[in-house]
Amino acid sequence: MTEPVLELRGRGIVGGVVEAEALVTRDPISGFGGIDVATGTVIEPRHELFGVCFTGKVLVFPGAKGSSGWSGFFQSTRLMGTAPAAMVFNVITTKAVLGAIVTRIPTVVEASPDPLDAVRTGDLLRVDGDSGVVTVLRRAAQP
Amino acid sequence: MQLTDDELRMRDGAEGNAVAAAMDLLIRYGEALGAERLVDTRNVAGTMTQPSPAKAQLVREGGWAKAYAVINLDSDDDLDIPRMKVPTCQLQHGFAEDADGLTSYSKQSIELQADAESYFSERGVNILATCTPYQVGNLPVRGEHVAWMESSAVVYANSVLGARTNCEGGASTGAAGLTGKIPYWGNHITENRYATHLLQADARVATFQDWGMFGYYVGEIVQEARPAVIGDFGQPDLADLKHFGAATATSGGVEIYHIPGITPEAPTLEAAFGGAAVPEAIRYGEAERRWVYETLNAQGDSEDVDFILLGCPHASLDQIAQIAHLLEGRRLHEGTELWVMTPRALRTMADRNGYTDTITRAGGKLLTDSCPAMSRAAPPGTRVFATDSAKQAHYLPAILGIEAWFGTLAECVDAAVTGRWRGEFA
Repeated sequence: MTEPVLELRGRGIVGGVVEAEALVTRDPISGFGGIDVATGTVIEPRHELFGVCFTGKVLVFPGAKGSSGWSGFFQSTRLMGTAPAAMVFNVITTKAVLGAIVTRIPTVVEASPDPLDAVRTGDLLRVDGDSGVVTVLRRAAQP
Repeated sequence: MQLTDDELRMRDGAEGNAVAAAMDLLIRYGEALGAERLVDTRNVAGTMTQPSPAKAQLVREGGWAKAYAVINLDSDDDLDIPRMKVPTCQLQHGFAEDADGLTSYSKQSIELQADAESYFSERGVNILATCTPYQVGNLPVRGEHVAWMESSAVVYANSVLGARTNCEGGASTGAAGLTGKIPYWGNHITENRYATHLLQADARVATFQDWGMFGYYVGEIVQEARPAVIGDFGQPDLADLKHFGAATATSGGVEIYHIPGITPEAPTLEAAFGGAAVPEAIRYGEAERRWVYETLNAQGDSEDVDFILLGCPHASLDQIAQIAHLLEGRRLHEGTELWVMTPRALRTMADRNGYTDTITRAGGKLLTDSCPAMSRAAPPGTRVFATDSAKQAHYLPAILGIEAWFGTLAECVDAAVTGRWRGEFA
């Protein structure tokens, strides 16, 4: 086991520990009209993750935007088996917080250093929703 | 989080297992938000009846009680769902029987929803079936703590009515209906309601279309923040602010805005900012206005229009009257459909005033309960649609994979009659 690359410390809001690859976006995510729950894919045309699947990934994003259906849409990904493995976000809204709870995946918020700067897509992360620590275990291969 | 004695009793099961599950969810939710306590509410607007594949499966497994437990209370336990503790209404949901056969939307979903209506009405849920509860009898008073979902209704309630609500979800409203509680956080707290950003409109903001475009720009700029907006506006009406707020909550996540001199918590610009320093204004000029117009029309290519959608958020009686007036004595182009979405209560008024008859004679349809975005269904074969709603123009291309045009009501009706899109930036 190699040494962790970096630790980000925040607040765990949904417990549990998971290791998975990061999917990072600087664009806030819409639930309704923003994701397809059947495929776990971002469908908003102007989004930088348009067409990208988040199933099984640690979704690292600024926060939620758009409709109040946000939590219900992410809850549906849980019920349909297309949910992310974990969430990491820093803008606290009712939509994203309730969404994390009903998706029942380890979630860390308000982490420092800023996950959007510290984490890259493809990095292997451990998200500990009990202690509020996000660990970068291995960096993604450089393109 | 500090809990009162009655909240602790509810958590510990004194009012049954469903109320206990509801309180458990509210505690998890409130603590995750960082709320210090819960607040009493007697006005909940949520969603229970809307069909989905996941919900249909849960109903098959354990009836509506199972669906409510999992989706509205985040509980896998077998719960007995009692009558709602406080007044609770159903917002917009799927298509109802008036849309049966018009789209690929399934008869099974329409029947499932009708079955849900029976179950939840028996438990005290008022089936308003609209994204605009404030148009059909649910009009909270200024300062009232409410628990609403539907982003366009939330921003209207906070900004235009001065009620206090966060943008709740299906689970938090499900728990609020059974307990009369919601986390005291965010927009419930006076200090969190003051403006954070100032936007000044130099470009024209006068028409219904203008208000939607301005809202779309404001949301794009401030995202989740709290804008105060100033400009030479004249007097906006219900439909203008319904459109404006919905647009701010589409391109961004605005839940409260202030228009000094117009909205209730901003008698003055200084009051909008709660006495704090007023920041330098972000300008909305002609270039920004054109950017919005072009962005909302960027999903349009073919000028052959199949489908016109009006009434997002659900049309007011005044909007229906305008549509009927524009369609008087005209006939829709063959192969072009026109739908107007409205609450069922206003549909009844439109029937009574003859508006429904005028729209129907022209070949259009006045429909209730839902919209193409909620139900993910448009007339079969739709490739290109047009709308006067910034929100629907934003969402429908993503949801249905169709092209979109955004214009004025008159341009939309013209397209319905000619089958051609001739909208222009004006």
